[in-house]
Amino acid sequence: MIGSRLFPLATTFVIFILAYALCYAQFPNMLSTRVIGNLLTDNAFLGIAAVGMTFVILSGGIDLSIGSVIAFTGVFLAVTMGEGGVPPLFAILLVLAITTAFGALMGAMIHYLAMPPFIVTLAGMFFARGMAFLISTDSVPIRVELYDTLQDLYFRMPGGGRLSFVGMAMLAVVVAGIVIAHFTSFGRNVYAIGGNRQSAELMGVPIARTTILIYALSSFLAGLAGIAFSLYTSAGYSLAAVGVELDAIAAVVIGGTLLTGGSGYVAGTLLGILIMGLIQTYIVFDGTLSSWWTKIVIGLLLFSFIALQRGLVWLSARRRGAAAIPA
Amino acid sequence: MKNLKTLAGAVALSALMAGSAAAADMTVGFSQIGSESGWRAAETTLTKQQAEQRGIDLKFADAQQKQENQIKAIRSFIAQGVDAILLAPVVATGWDQVLEEAKDAEIPVVLLDRQVDSSDDLYLTAVGSDLEHEGEVAGDWLVKEVGDKDCNVVELQGTTGSSPAIKRKAGFEKAISGHDNVKIVRSQTGDFTRTKGKEVMESFLKAENGGQDICALYAHNDDMAVGAIQAIKEAGLKPGSDILVVSIDAVPDIFLAMENGEANATVELTPNMAGPAFDALEAYKSDGTEPPKFIQTESKLYTQSDNPKAIYEEKKNQGY
Repeated sequence: MIGSRLFPLATTFVIFILAYALCYAQFPNMLSTRVIGNLLTDNAFLGIAAVGMTFVILSGGIDLSIGSVIAFTGVFLAVTMGEGGVPPLFAILLVLAITTAFGALMGAMIHYLAMPPFIVTLAGMFFARGMAFLISTDSVPIRVELYDTLQDLYFRMPGGGRLSFVGMAMLAVVVAGIVIAHFTSFGRNVYAIGGNRQSAELMGVPIARTTILIYALSSFLAGLAGIAFSLYTSAGYSLAAVGVELDAIAAVVIGGTLLTGGSGYVAGTLLGILIMGLIQTYIVFDGTLSSWWTKIVIGLLLFSFIALQRGLVWLSARRRGAAAIPA
Repeated sequence: MKNLKTLAGAVALSALMAGSAAAADMTVGFSQIGSESGWRAAETTLTKQQAEQRGIDLKFADAQQKQENQIKAIRSFIAQGVDAILLAPVVATGWDQVLEEAKDAEIPVVLLDRQVDSSDDLYLTAVGSDLEHEGEVAGDWLVKEVGDKDCNVVELQGTTGSSPAIKRKAGFEKAISGHDNVKIVRSQTGDFTRTKGKEVMESFLKAENGGQDICALYAHNDDMAVGAIQAIKEAGLKPGSDILVVSIDAVPDIFLAMENGEANATVELTPNMAGPAFDALEAYKSDGTEPPKFIQTESKLYTQSDNPKAIYEEKKNQGY
């Protein structure tokens, strides 16, 4: 059983190594600290959001609101810290509180109104994007000291690569995600709900609390991703991060998490992010391919991973069936 | 014998190429916004053509209108160790960090057709057109064309509040000021589109005695002029002679109209921003010549005497 659980993660890992080796064979510069630093920095906001998405998908749900929440966070920060004159740290705490409460509200609606997560978070997606536009339709630059300090905070790796603050923050979030998923009762509850809701309920898993916490966590991390994104571009823009939720879902699935829930690893999501970043880097290095190839390759990877997952589910069902007959 | 000939040919060819060796060694990354308009597609086509002609290895990255994709592309260019970077920025804000990284890696960055709000020591130069000057060129042409005759001009403005609309209007007004015989009698927005241009022109014609009192049309872009030409024809007048037509952009369709005598002049917003950019880069690389911080592209005037048919044929394959 454990073998088949680990299999998708192992596949992702092998694909990542193979893909990197292929890139390296063609462009030796791909294996430099610069590219590795870029992979972490450029995908930091996506990675942070995708960790939240991993918990949501592990529980068998989906969260379509995160791209909008990222945009809202950026615009909110830019306007409150700029025109509003709110102290940066306070603005950051305030926006994280708002996004977390927003996620908790969506989780409560999903649980108490027995609504599909797809519909509730779709509504959340429109709502958050609309709120961002209400605050400002322009791209608002962020010029505060805290941002300059954080942007200048990087670890220079040998070879000129930079391990930036947002890159390190993303790695920290991944580590925290791994700890929460595998070493807390909340993590166990998430897996239990995603595996089989009825039996989880019978086992005494607090479904309501866990569901609310899952969506609160996802929106909290989307808020954090929004901060990372605003650090990345030094601006808040209501049209930013359109479709990031779909990239996050793709990263989670490529990372080996079962879309139906109950099985997967946060570490796999990081690999999924890195694979997607690698494809983009390769296309820029090549310089002649259309950038839409990124989407095409991600689409193909998704297809193959869904097929792989189906195959594994079918195999384990057959094995269980075979084991049941002699008994 | 045949082999010898090929060899001789190859030697001659390589001797020829040696002249442009400095450029041939250059790898340039180009981060383009996307392909949202015909003009931008033409800019991409011409940049690729220019690079090919000069033997520059061009790495092209289309950002699909997203700033994060442009930042990623620039970072990848730096990691790859390109010799220079061309950037057509999608928004003005948020470039400080990545431009600093390029500067750290000693890779010169040239901005194409749009500006950024970063300090100007972070990039080598910016290549762009002066929108106000374009309007001035159009106005100067009209003033010269009508001479001392009285001329009532109707103006089709671009999208209200957009910088091309404001600046092209101001430039034209500057050119006709001091020439009291030329005056703008009506001015309204046609939103840069063909259909709006036609609609607004229809209302101008009705208001001005069926068009009898109009001497010339000034449109902020060619598309509106093309729509207006249709309206003038439908009103039973001859565009190009009864009503003079002058506009800006120089898209292929306006040359067809000029060929048919239905439009008189257009001012080019050149999609060849890369040519001057490569010139500046080549000079900078060979002997360290620092270009000015803004390189203004030529706002060239085209009239019916410039063989519009040939220009149409040349332009129609540029991806407009």
